[in-house]
Amino acid sequence: MTTVVTTPAAAARAIPQTRFDFLPIGLVALLVLAAWPCVGSTSTWMTLTIAGLAMGMIIFVIASGLTLVFGLMDVLNFGHGVFIALGAYVATTVFAAMTGWVGAPELWRNLVPVFVTMIVAMLVAGAVGWAFERVLVRPVYGQHLKQILITMGGLIIGQEMIKVVWGPTQISVEMPEALRGVVTLFGDASVEKYRLLAMVVGAVVLAAMLYTLNQTKLGLLIRAGVQDREMVESLGYRIRRLFVGVFVAGSALAGLGGAMWGLYQHSVVPQIGSQVNVLIFIVIIIGGLGSTTGCFIGALLVGLMANYIGFVAPKVAMFSNIGLMVAVLLWRPQGLYPVANR
Amino acid sequence: MLNRLLSHDLPRSRLLALLLVLIVLGLALTPFIFPGTKALNVAAKVIVFIVLAASFDLLLGYTGIVSFAQTMFFGIGAYGVAIASATVGPTWGALAIGVSLALVVSLVLSLLIGLFSLRVKAIFFAMITLAVASAFLTLASQLSEMTGGEDGLNFKLPEALRPGTAYLDQPLLGATVDGRFVTYYVLFFAALALVLMLLRIVNSPFGRVLQAIRENDFRAEAIGYRTVVYRTTASVLSAMFATLAGVLLAVWLGYNGPDTTLSFEIMLDVLLIVVIGGMGTVYGAVIGSVLLVGAQNYLQDLMKLGASLVRDVPVISQLVSPDRWLLWLGILFVICVYHFPSGVVGRLRARSSVDERNTP
Amino acid sequence: MTLLTLQGVHTHIGAYHILHGVELSVPAGQVTMLLGRNGAGKTTALRTIMGLWAASKGEVRFDGQVIGGRTGQFSTPDIARLGIAYVPENMGIFSDLTVRENLLLAARQARSLDEMDTARLDWLFNLFPALKKFWLYPAGKLSGGQKQMLAIARAMVEERRLLLIDEPSKGLAPVIVQNLVVALRELKSTQTTILLVEQNFGVAKALGDHVAVMDNGRIVHHGGMAELAADDALQHQFLGVSLGAHQ
Repeated sequence: MTTVVTTPAAAARAIPQTRFDFLPIGLVALLVLAAWPCVGSTSTWMTLTIAGLAMGMIIFVIASGLTLVFGLMDVLNFGHGVFIALGAYVATTVFAAMTGWVGAPELWRNLVPVFVTMIVAMLVAGAVGWAFERVLVRPVYGQHLKQILITMGGLIIGQEMIKVVWGPTQISVEMPEALRGVVTLFGDASVEKYRLLAMVVGAVVLAAMLYTLNQTKLGLLIRAGVQDREMVESLGYRIRRLFVGVFVAGSALAGLGGAMWGLYQHSVVPQIGSQVNVLIFIVIIIGGLGSTTGCFIGALLVGLMANYIGFVAPKVAMFSNIGLMVAVLLWRPQGLYPVANR
Repeated sequence: MLNRLLSHDLPRSRLLALLLVLIVLGLALTPFIFPGTKALNVAAKVIVFIVLAASFDLLLGYTGIVSFAQTMFFGIGAYGVAIASATVGPTWGALAIGVSLALVVSLVLSLLIGLFSLRVKAIFFAMITLAVASAFLTLASQLSEMTGGEDGLNFKLPEALRPGTAYLDQPLLGATVDGRFVTYYVLFFAALALVLMLLRIVNSPFGRVLQAIRENDFRAEAIGYRTVVYRTTASVLSAMFATLAGVLLAVWLGYNGPDTTLSFEIMLDVLLIVVIGGMGTVYGAVIGSVLLVGAQNYLQDLMKLGASLVRDVPVISQLVSPDRWLLWLGILFVICVYHFPSGVVGRLRARSSVDERNTP
Repeated sequence: MTLLTLQGVHTHIGAYHILHGVELSVPAGQVTMLLGRNGAGKTTALRTIMGLWAASKGEVRFDGQVIGGRTGQFSTPDIARLGIAYVPENMGIFSDLTVRENLLLAARQARSLDEMDTARLDWLFNLFPALKKFWLYPAGKLSGGQKQMLAIARAMVEERRLLLIDEPSKGLAPVIVQNLVVALRELKSTQTTILLVEQNFGVAKALGDHVAVMDNGRIVHHGGMAELAADDALQHQFLGVSLGAHQ
């Protein structure tokens, strides 16, 4: 009576698929297009667009961990800034130790300290993240008020400890030789070489995250856990361990982003974490707490906005981000890609 | 009578009562007991922070709302006075205009924020207030024509309050009675009035409903209290008190800039004060302010002593370095959130519960 | 042979004392119905067995091993790994995940789709054709009845020793309930032990071998389903128990 289906995949062919929600991506395109007449010159517009995308990528790397941690564990880590700062400071140390490589004229030589920085930043931030979760976050699971307070405390302590180790003053970071300067694209749009690197790194991180989340069982667990923690446990998975893993991964990503941000700014101060904190909060609110794709789109929007407004009307830069947030929330109160069951 | 003055919110602990009396007396008599400008400045700062922290406690401790926009209202008050005095001139009229305008702006902003807070979850709200406060800080730095930008605004006070104005030629019991003296007591009595007012508010039926909402807003709504109204009112009141604290600070300093009132560091200070002092107890703000401002100014000297002992030990010397006083306060803060959620005041009260049980 | 026993189990939730010394035995290979009106504590009992709520007193034993209570509380994932599957009242479907992903998640042994037991999947598709039809659809878009089928399919995607099912017929149209009964009957034929909470006596009669009735956090009757179904007085006594005794 029934036909034997050889593989479920074969059965899949006739089934209705849901359409991916492209509207928010359209929003990015809209912003980019709308900026063109405001900026005026096409070449400047292109420069700003690429700069904005690069900045957005870096912000995405930093914020992605935070949104997952919140989505999965309902923990908002106000101390996320510590990992960012750690990453940035690690960059200064690595660069100071590898001045030979930094100063060399060949690109491949320059890339070595950059990659070493990224790896060390991730390791250090990840390790501190593990300690952070263990000592500060674990005891206050489920108590939102205490979480906010404790992670703030963690931020204070973290910033002070950074001052203990690296000193309280600004440290400048030297951009490697081959990454300095610009390339001209599409005629006369000048693009900083470093920004192209940032975009590549950001794209790689995004691809890795999307792959893990959508194609692996681990990712499946995370996505399910974001919706219904209890049910995942009832299915036999020890989700506590997953929490720690995600928290550490999120911290490591923040460290990576922080290192890149430090390079982007060419200098590092202890408050670098709290400075970026606000920006990433705006990003994850816009994107929808718990959604990686939302975080990405949100980060792009914020990065682009910052660059366009920075050029067109610098005085209202900060407000433009808030305005963007309000506008998005009016359209979709839960963010661009709301996660169900929240 | 004392009972009524304190709105029946007694310290309920002999040690706490003693501390409070000492603090109030100490502040009241600072010009006489502690000579020198530093002491007076520290005392004035303590007074201002008491009001600011108490206003924050109304929101955090009593209503259970975490908002990082407190410094924004603090700044509005200070800038109101500064801008008015700088533009109109150093008159009482200017002060009045400045204060009124500042209160109106705060009222409107806090109303908006308060209404918004009901649409979103607590964590969302906290993040948004953080963003708004940052934006405001940037705005203040940007609108340099009006606010003096990064450098801030210097302004003169009305004649009666100026340091140069001498009232008595001879010092009275060790204190020079000049404009500064008068300004100090303006601050002191204003703060006293504001704190007593706050005590009145939190101990009224309104205050009790706030606490009910903090405990379980769903249930409060089910019983019939419109949490919307109460939360918004609490936001507005908290903002107004913070604004007045800003007014006091500006009057004392004769100056205001973005870092004086709007910085994130100040927000953290207030947070530390309220949590360490004791959330949901107005007295916590008093104890906490003394602790924090005292630490800021005098702990450093203590730590310098310690630092000199370990001067050559690499990391330890940095840890004990007087500049790192915030680190230790941060650690104390975290310990308080875990183990002493009701702060110093709560601890003192708990210890004394045996004592007070039989008091009429 | 008794697979699951609860002895003197008390459960507190916050200040509320819900279970007052539950004594329950679930025989292996058969369907035990857990009946009772709203608020009797049936869901609490299931959650206690599953370790989602810890018993404050007493003991929960599975296959002779203590899994809950004062002497030792297993964590929920560990309890599930013993072969106990739980289908909660709200079904616990992951709405953003596809039907496929929901099932894959429940198949602990399979790291990816290819490792899933195709024979088993075919059997499930037989029982629940909707699963095949909406294979790549987000589970949230399914109808109530289809979601319930998915929830039960999830509990069956691998062999389990004990199934805890909480009010599967709740909120479903009678026609769908019929399909449900057919599916559960098929499940029953595989000799899986099932503890089924129901308020629908018709479903209970159709499926149950044994029955336990709960009221006010206690078991007030247990015995064979057939006897209870045949005895009208007994039914009125225990299922008309909603009057008086409560509050």
